Order: sequence, then C-alpha cells, then structure tokens
Amino acid sequence: MSSELDEQRLTSAPEAPGAPPLAPREFARWAWRQLTSMRTALVLLFLLALASVPGSVVPQEAVDSVRAAQWREQHHTLTPIYQKLGLFSVYDSVWFSAIYLLLMVSLVGCILPRTKVYWRALRARPPSAPRNFARLPQHREFATDEPPEAVLERARAALRGYRVSTSSATGGSGSVAAEKGKLREAGNLLFHLSVLVVLVGFAGGSLFGYKGGVIVVSGNSFANSLSQYDDFRPGGLFKPADLAPFDFTVTDFDVTFITEGRETGMAHKFSAGLDYRSSPTAKEQHTRISVNHPLDVDGTKVYLISHGYAPHITVRDGQGQIAYSGPVVFLPEDSTFRSFGVVKVPDAEGPDGPTQLGFEGEFYPTYAFTDATGPFSAFPDAKNPALSLLAYKGDLGLDDGVPQSVYSLDKKHLSPIRNAAGKPMRVDLMLHQTVTLPDGLGSITFDGTSRFVKLQVSRSPGDVIALSGVILALLGLLGSLFIRPRRIWVRVRSDDTSEGPAGRRRTLVEVAGLDRSAGGDLSGEIDEITAKLKAPDQEDV
Amino acid sequence: MSHDQFEVLSNQAVAFCAVAYFLALLCHLAEWATARAVPAESRRGGADEHRIGTEAAQLTEGGGVDTVTRTDVDSDRVDRFARWGVVLTVVAAGVHLVAVVARGLAADPVRVPWGNMYEFTLTATLVVTLGYLMLYRKFGLAWLSPVVTAFVLVTLMVDVLLLYTPVVPLRDALQSPWLVIHVVAAIIATGAFTLGGMCSALYLVKERWPQTRPGGYLSRLPDLAGLDRMAYRTHAFAFPVWTFAALIAGPIWAQHAWGRYWGWDPKEVWAFVTWVVYAAYLHARATAGWKGRAAAIVALIGLATLWFNFVGINFFFGSGSQHSYA
Repeated sequence: MSSELDEQRLTSAPEAPGAPPLAPREFARWAWRQLTSMRTALVLLFLLALASVPGSVVPQEAVDSVRAAQWREQHHTLTPIYQKLGLFSVYDSVWFSAIYLLLMVSLVGCILPRTKVYWRALRARPPSAPRNFARLPQHREFATDEPPEAVLERARAALRGYRVSTSSATGGSGSVAAEKGKLREAGNLLFHLSVLVVLVGFAGGSLFGYKGGVIVVSGNSFANSLSQYDDFRPGGLFKPADLAPFDFTVTDFDVTFITEGRETGMAHKFSAGLDYRSSPTAKEQHTRISVNHPLDVDGTKVYLISHGYAPHITVRDGQGQIAYSGPVVFLPEDSTFRSFGVVKVPDAEGPDGPTQLGFEGEFYPTYAFTDATGPFSAFPDAKNPALSLLAYKGDLGLDDGVPQSVYSLDKKHLSPIRNAAGKPMRVDLMLHQTVTLPDGLGSITFDGTSRFVKLQVSRSPGDVIALSGVILALLGLLGSLFIRPRRIWVRVRSDDTSEGPAGRRRTLVEVAGLDRSAGGDLSGEIDEITAKLKAPDQEDV
Repeated sequence: MSHDQFEVLSNQAVAFCAVAYFLALLCHLAEWATARAVPAESRRGGADEHRIGTEAAQLTEGGGVDTVTRTDVDSDRVDRFARWGVVLTVVAAGVHLVAVVARGLAADPVRVPWGNMYEFTLTATLVVTLGYLMLYRKFGLAWLSPVVTAFVLVTLMVDVLLLYTPVVPLRDALQSPWLVIHVVAAIIATGAFTLGGMCSALYLVKERWPQTRPGGYLSRLPDLAGLDRMAYRTHAFAFPVWTFAALIAGPIWAQHAWGRYWGWDPKEVWAFVTWVVYAAYLHARATAGWKGRAAAIVALIGLATLWFNFVGINFFFGSGSQHSYA
C-alpha cells in the first residue's frame, strides 16, 4: 500500500497452471502475498469507500438515534432486514470492520518489508552507472577537450545536494553516481504508519470514552449519571464510574429569530445559561454555552446541539384529578419548528375504571391555517402556539417490559377516542385552552410553553492521538508526493578515435538521469547539469 | 458603498465575468478551429511556442507558395486567438475576484463569502480559473483552455440559475475562524481536483480515439504520458489539501461546534469516500494493470463523489446532515 511501488512484487507471477496443489505452508504464503498485494489493497480501498455509503443513506443509531428510531417505525418491512445487515450501525458492523481490518493487515504486510528495504537502501551507496545510458529516459552526451578528471571534478560540484559516489578515473574513464530524494519513501512509510496511529486513537476513544445525549427543559437539572441520559453510547471498556460527577441546571435559553428581511425565521445567536458544579461539593458556577462554545468540565464536554419547544400540558381524568401535568418535549420536524410529540397518561381513572390515555400530534409555535396546506407553523418563534393532537385510550403497553420511546405511541392496544360523529377525535388547543374529552374521559389543557435544549455530553480520550496521527500522516503524505527521488550519472571516457584541435585527446561525457517518482520529468535538471559540465566553448556531439 | 450596493456589484460582476468567459471560450474555439489547417508538429508545447512558418509549411504535402502563405496566416491567427482567449480569461478572473470579494462585503456584518452553496461554487470556479492561469505558462496548458473556460462558464450559469441565494448573515454554527481554514482548503482542493479531472477525462478521450485528424484538437493534446503526468500533478497537489480540509481542519472544527471530531454525518461520510477513492487513484497509478486508463477512471469517480458530496448531499439528505447549509 503506497503510492509508488516496486513492480516486481506486484507482478510476481503466480504458479504455473496445472501445478500440484499447494502445501498448507505454501498456501499460507501465497494467501499472505495476495492479501498484501497492491491489487488487493486497491480492491479493499474501493470496498471501504462503497461500504461507507449506506451510512449516509440510512439513519445511524450512533449519529442520531431519534431519527433512526423514527425511520424504523416508518419502515416495517425493511427494518428487520436492515437490522440484520447492521445498516443502522454501519461503522461498527462486522463487514465494515472486516474491510478496514483487512486493509490494515494488508498495509502492515506491505510497509514492514518496505521499511526493511528502505533501511538497507538508506545506508547503501548510490548504485553505479548502468552500462547503456541510452536506455534511460533522459540522457545527453557531448565531447570536450578537458581531461576526464577535470570533468568529473566539475560534475561533483554540479551535483551539490546529492549523495555522490565516484568511481575513479582509471585509464581515462570514470563515473559519478548521484542520488537524491530518498526521504520520499520515508514520507510514504510515515504516512501509512500514521494511518495506524489514527486507527489506534479512534479505537482508544471509542473504547474508553462515551457520548450521551440528553434533552433538558429550561429550568430543569441534569446530573451526570447513566439514568439521566436519553441515549448513551459507551465505549467497550467504559465503566459507569468513569462519569465525572458534575451536575447543572439549565437556567434559561436564549434565542433570537430574525423577524424581517430575507433571513426571516433563521435562529440567530442561541445560547443556554447553565449553573454547574464540577462535583456535588464544588462551588456552583454560571456559564453560557452556545454553538462553537461548549462547557468543559475536567475533560468532559457539554455541547448545545439544538433546541425546541416543550408545551406544558395538563390532563385531568374522568374523576377530575390531575393525571398528568408538565412540559412535554416535542421534537422539531422542520425549520419552522413544527414539532411532533406524544403525551402518555398511564394513571387516568375513566368512568369505568382505570383507562390509560395517549395523545400524539403536532405543536405549531406560530399557528396558521390555509385550506391548501392545512395547519402549519408560519414562524419558528412561539408567537401563537397551538397543539393539534389525536387522542387514544386503552393500554399504552408500558408494562410489557419492552422499553418504549417517549417520542412515540405504541398503538397496538390503543383505540382512537371518537367524537360524536364517530370520527377519531382531534384535539386542537390554543394557549390556555381546555378541551373536554367525550364519554367522561376527562380533559386536556394547554398551559404554556417552555423551551428545551438538546445537549451532548461526551468524553473521548483517544482523539488527541487520532488527530496527531492525521497530522503526521499529512506530513508523510507531503513528503511522499513532493520529494522527487532521482538518480543522476555522469560518465567520462577518453575518446581514442579523434583528437582535439590542440592535439590532445578529446573526452566524451555522458549524462543520464532517472526520476524514480511517479510522473517526474528530469529533462530540465539534466540540461542544467550538462550545461554546468561544459566548458564555455563546447558544442554538442 | 452600502452593503446592498456591494451585493448588486457582486451580481453584476458575476454577469460580466460570465460574458468575458464566454468570449474567451469563443476565442479558444476559434483558435482550435483555425489550428486544424496548421500541421500538428508546428504547435507542440503550448501557446507560447507558436514558432511556425516556412519550415512547417515545407512539411505539408504539396507545399507550394500558396500553402506557405496560408499556413503562415493561419498560424498567426491561431496565436492571436489563443492570446486573446487568455487575456479575456485573465480579465474574467479579475472580475470574478471582484464578484467574490464584493459578495463578502455585501453581508452585514462583513464576512467571508463562503456561507452557502452559491458562494462556494462562485469561489471554487475562481480557483479553477486561477489554477489554470497559474499553470498555463509552466506546463503549456493551451490545450486545456477550451475545457476550462467552458466548464467555468457552465458552472457559473448553473450557480446563478439554480443555487443563487441573496446575501445573508452567517449562521451561528459557521461563526468560527475554522470556517476560513476548513472551507478555503476544501474550495482549493475542489478546484484542483476539478482541473485534475479535466486532464483525466481528456486522457480517456485521447486514449479512446488515438487516431484523429492531424491538426485537430485531439491530435494536439499532449501525449498520453503527458496528460497522465499533468493529471497526477494536480491530483497530487489537491490530495494533501483535501486531507487537511476534510480530515484535519474539519474534525477540529466539528469538535468545537458539535462535540465530536468525526461523526459520520453524510457530508463527512462522502468526504471520506472521496478521500479513499483519490487514495486509490494515487495507488492505482503505480500499480501494474491499473496504470493509465483504470487510474483515470478512478480519478473521475473521485471527482464524481466530490461533486455529489457538494451538491447531492444537500439536496437528498439536506435535513439529515449537519452540513446542510454548505
């Protein structure tokens, strides 16, 4: 795996067809050579690219568990298949891991031998001049009246910056071999090693770290313990005791929506006030967090991710008792903050004994209605809040032992509450309104609205390693792409066949070069060096 | 000037530079059309080496007096068209730059002009032009002129017609110095990859139709090795820049803004896919059996993922991506 390779290893011919079956050892060796071959690496790279794609199409559990849950509810047939294929967590799935692990094995299998080769080559002298210069991509020759020794001396000077080795000019001939740019391979190796470092960093972060999401209604508190999280993704080696013992209260949430001009409706500067303590015994401090400005408590970071509305709803049962009262989080569905939410009332007394009530529907911060569109939210700020809910009665299924999402209603044992006309009843509530449910089931009141903030709490100890890995990789990459390894040879020999004007023997000078990088062109350098070798009054042969 | 006036200036500058690009394209088309009458050997190596005349004319068959004069006249015209094309492109690039700068000054408060797709495309096309102009002399890119001017012109048209957004202030999430670092790197890499993709595409065309009419456009392209080398050069420049933009600056900013370095957001997924495909290109170029044609195809796949990431993600996954504004 590298950008520039020795061809021999790649094209190393397979055994002749019809050869006897391989012994296990030979087979293992053959398999290893296949795995570490460039072609396999290429195929694995393509597979890796291809395997990444589903993760951008199917909502990922680890990225947005709420969306993933919603998706699963909307697609009953596909969900079990996708679940089996691991499409809800592509990047932890067996097949994705298999691809990158194979790629890493292939990479190690490629760079270890190359490091050894490089180590040896690093100390070797530049290879001596090939016999036939004309075979090299670039070569020049000319004749001069100067003695061979003088030309070689000049060549050594011209090749400043190269590693040079000279074969002495015995019998009127000699050569200089020069080499430069060996660091390219070092950069190449550094790059590939760094990829491993990045992976180790990633693995460390995901093993020892955690990431949790929590929705906190303004005015409420959060303590950093497992039970408080809405979703929590620990690493494989994470222990709950590793949670930093901080807590905080969301004192307020501030958002300004632009009310005029073209950006009408865009949230502008939103921030949440937090009163936090780094431990139960520490002093309380106040801070504001906003996008790009998280709170950092001893390495654990609290981010403000998004926000929304939590209308206060009170449900009274058939007996007139308050069966539910409080803010209910409605999740925003679009930029106008039309939001979807669910109210579950497990402890309601109906006219004929206990009946559980459920409501699901939408919240419109600025309610508007046209015949063409139906109800919609005209503006994201809570200017004219309204709720529109469908009401259900029956069994919420909370006692089935299967954990339920608080954002969806399990309607298996629920039936819609019907109005006088026998249609499923829609409860439409403006602020401070109360609607009485039919059949003496009780009533529901819309008392007011709060805002909630969605926070992310995370700690990922390996990230610094991963990041330094990427930076090292970039340095290596620059070296491997822009350092041009090249060899240049100068050979001189006395020409016995012709004599110069002064009766002296002429000297034939040959210059040749080989650019060993991918896509190099040495003609410029060769011309330059040739020019330097020539005495002022030379002409080409 | 007020912010609104700057916005008008920016829009007018876009229109003006599009006209200039169009005229440049016409010049280059005229250049290559005229060049069909001139033997290919006489024009190798780009616009600044148009030394031609009797020597070349004698090479043509039936080289009578008439032919000599005609070839002379034609090659002069070729040179003139080429020069005019480049001059017009330089003018267009200047006005293009004004459009980008005015776009930033049009916002209140003044900001960098990389807040949405329209602005991103506006700047990326400028990068393509500037990259081409900077490399024009060094690598004799006369053969790339019609492709670059046509591409920039069409992309600008699409940008104005489909992606235009009035100037608005930056969203909260974008208010960070990393916007400048991350987005500039992404734009430069996109421009360079695009240039590289043009070379790879021309490579494939030339590889598919090696025997064309002497003197025609295809016959005047550099040979396959030269096209491949040029494609490699631009890709080799773009790849580390992309690595920096997508895998270093992006994650650092994401850590500040969203609390994670890497979160497999659709945009991140596709940035990664692009990176992997271009990594495959660099490897393919050095692998027996993948050199040349296959590598060029890989490069174009990389370019397709890059553009899909830029345009497609916003249209298809807009709501699901934290990068939905870009």
